Amino acid sequence: MGYTISEKIFSSHCKKECSAGEVVMAPVDGAMIHDITGPLAINVFKEMEGSKVFDPKKVIMLFDHQIPADSISAAKNHVMMREFAKEQGIFNYDIKEGVCHQVVPEKGRVKPGDIIVGSDSHTCAYGALGAFSTGIGSTDMAYVLKFGELYFRIPETIKIDANGKFQDRVGPKDLILNLAGDIGADGATYRALEFCGSAFSDMDIPGRMTCSNMAIEMGAKAGIVPPDKKTWEYLKGRCDCEQFSLSSDSDAKFFEERSYDVSEINPKVAVPHNVDNVVDVSEVAGKHIDQVFIGSCTNGRYEDFAEAAGVLGDNKFADDVRVIIVPASKDEYMKVLRAGLIEKFVEAGALVEAPCCGPCMGGAFGLLAPGEVSLSTSNRNFKGRQGSTEAFVYLSSPATAAASAIKGVITDPREV
Amino acid sequence: MGRVWKFGDDIDTDAIIPGRFLTIYDPKELASHAFEGTRDEFAKEARQGDIIVAGRNFGCGSSREHAPIALKGAGIEFVVAKSFARIFYRNAINTGILPVVCEHTDEISDGKQASVNLKESYIESEGRIYPLDPIPEFMMKIVEAGGLVEYAKKR
Ligand code: SF4
Repeated sequence: MGYTISEKIFSSHCKKECSAGEVVMAPVDGAMIHDITGPLAINVFKEMEGSKVFDPKKVIMLFDHQIPADSISAAKNHVMMREFAKEQGIFNYDIKEGVCHQVVPEKGRVKPGDIIVGSDSHTCAYGALGAFSTGIGSTDMAYVLKFGELYFRIPETIKIDANGKFQDRVGPKDLILNLAGDIGADGATYRALEFCGSAFSDMDIPGRMTCSNMAIEMGAKAGIVPPDKKTWEYLKGRCDCEQFSLSSDSDAKFFEERSYDVSEINPKVAVPHNVDNVVDVSEVAGKHIDQVFIGSCTNGRYEDFAEAAGVLGDNKFADDVRVIIVPASKDEYMKVLRAGLIEKFVEAGALVEAPCCGPCMGGAFGLLAPGEVSLSTSNRNFKGRQGSTEAFVYLSSPATAAASAIKGVITDPREV
Repeated sequence: MGRVWKFGDDIDTDAIIPGRFLTIYDPKELASHAFEGTRDEFAKEARQGDIIVAGRNFGCGSSREHAPIALKGAGIEFVVAKSFARIFYRNAINTGILPVVCEHTDEISDGKQASVNLKESYIESEGRIYPLDPIPEFMMKIVEAGGLVEYAKKR
C-alpha cells in the first residue's frame, strides 16, 4: 500500500513506517512563536522547569500582531520575549520583518518535508512549500521548546484535485473560499488537505500560500502542495537544501477526493460571520462597505497588491471608504514600494502601513464600530474579529477588495 | 454539578476571548472578558463547576490558549460538545479543562443543572443520562498526569 505526503513526512521523522491514525512522538524542524502566544509559551516552559530550549537555531521568534507596541501590556510582552531570546541565544526578528507566515518561508526557515509547528493556527501556511506544518497552543509549544518533539496523530488526507485555468481577475483566494464553502468550517477537522492538479502546479508560490494558509478554516491540520520546480526555485538562495521529490504514492489511501475545474469559479466572498458562508460576489454586490483591508498572511504579498493595483488602474478609492493596505513583510513592502504601488495607493486615497498583522484580528488598529462593514482579504470573519461584535466582516480576494474600494460597495472585479 | 451554558455550532475562539484581550494571561482577568460582546452574562454569572454544552466544532479558529484559560478562570470544568476544533481540543486538555464529545447535546437545556461522570462516560441533566465518547487513550495519559506541564516535569 502506498503512502500520502503526510505519512511519508512522519515516517522519515520517526524512522519507521507510519500510517494515518497512529499517534507518534515526532521531532520538529522548526518552532515559531510570536508576540501573542509566545509569552504564554515561555511562561509555561518555565513552569515545566525548562532551562535551555531544545535547539535555539530551530526556534523562530518574531513580533507581528501588536507592533509597534500598541499598549503597555504589549510592550511588556515584547520586552519579556526579547529577554528570553537573549538568554537562550534565539535569533529574534523582533518587529522588523513582518507577519510570521510570510517571514518564516521568506527567511528560508522551512523546506519541503519538514515538520514545523507554530503557536498560531495559520502555521499550516508552510504546506505551500511541501512541509507538514501546523498550529499548536502555547502549552504544546512549551513542550516543544523543552523537548524538540511533540505527539501528533497522523492525519488522513483529503485530496483536492483542481484543474483548468482561472478566469481573469479570479484566483487562488476565490478557489480556497469556494473550497471552504464546500467542505465547511469543520469538514476537514483532524485531516490534512493535499492540493494537487494543474491549477496548483500552474499557481505561483504566493498563490499556494494563500490556499495552504486557509486549510485551518476547514479545520484541517495541514494543507500541503507537493513540492515542484517552482518550490525549489523559491527556496534557492533562501535555504541550502538538496532537491528531492515528495508526493503521495499513486496507490496511497485518501480519506476523500474532490475535483474542481477552476475555470468555473466566480469571484467569491465569505459573508458574516463564518468563513464557510461563501457566495458569489454577485449575490452581495451593491452592499455598502466602510473599510477595506488588503493585507495579512493570506493576501499581503506583492502579487496581491499588483493584482489590486491592476484593478485600481487610474481610479480613486471611494470617498466614504477607508482603505488600509499592509504588506505582509519588509521584503514584500520593498517590492511594492519599488514597483511604485505605494505611491499609487496613497494617491488613490489609501493608508499604507508598515508590515504587521494590522486590522486582521482586531488587535492593534483599524477596529470597526458597531454596525460597520468591512471587506478584508484576510482569513477570518468571525463576529468581533475586527473590532465590535456588532460589526460585519466580509472576506474576498485582493481584486474584489480593490474593485469594491473603488465603488464603495461590494463589486465583482470583472465589472470594473 | 453545575449550571449548563448552552451554545450552538462553530463557537470560535474570537467569541470566547476577543483579540484585544490577548496581552492578558491571568485566568481570572481573562475570564472577566469571556464571551464579551456575544454573551455578556457569562462572565458575570458563571460559577465554579459550570458546564458548557455546545454543538459542532467548538473552539474553531485561533490557536490562542487564552480561550480555554478564560473558560477555566470562569470556573468551567467540562466542555461537552458534538465535536471540537483540533487545536482547542488539545489546548483544553493541556490547560486542564476537559473537552468531551457527546452526540446528544441538542437534548440538554440551557440554565439547567448537569453533572459529568467521566469514569462511566455520561452526562446527566434533568434526570436523563446521555453517553459521552471516551477521551482518547493518549490524551488520557496527559489528563491523568495532571496536564501537560506535570507530564513534562515527570518525563
Ligand atoms: S495576519 Fe491575521 S491571520 Fe495572519 S498571523 Fe496575523 S492575525 Fe493571524
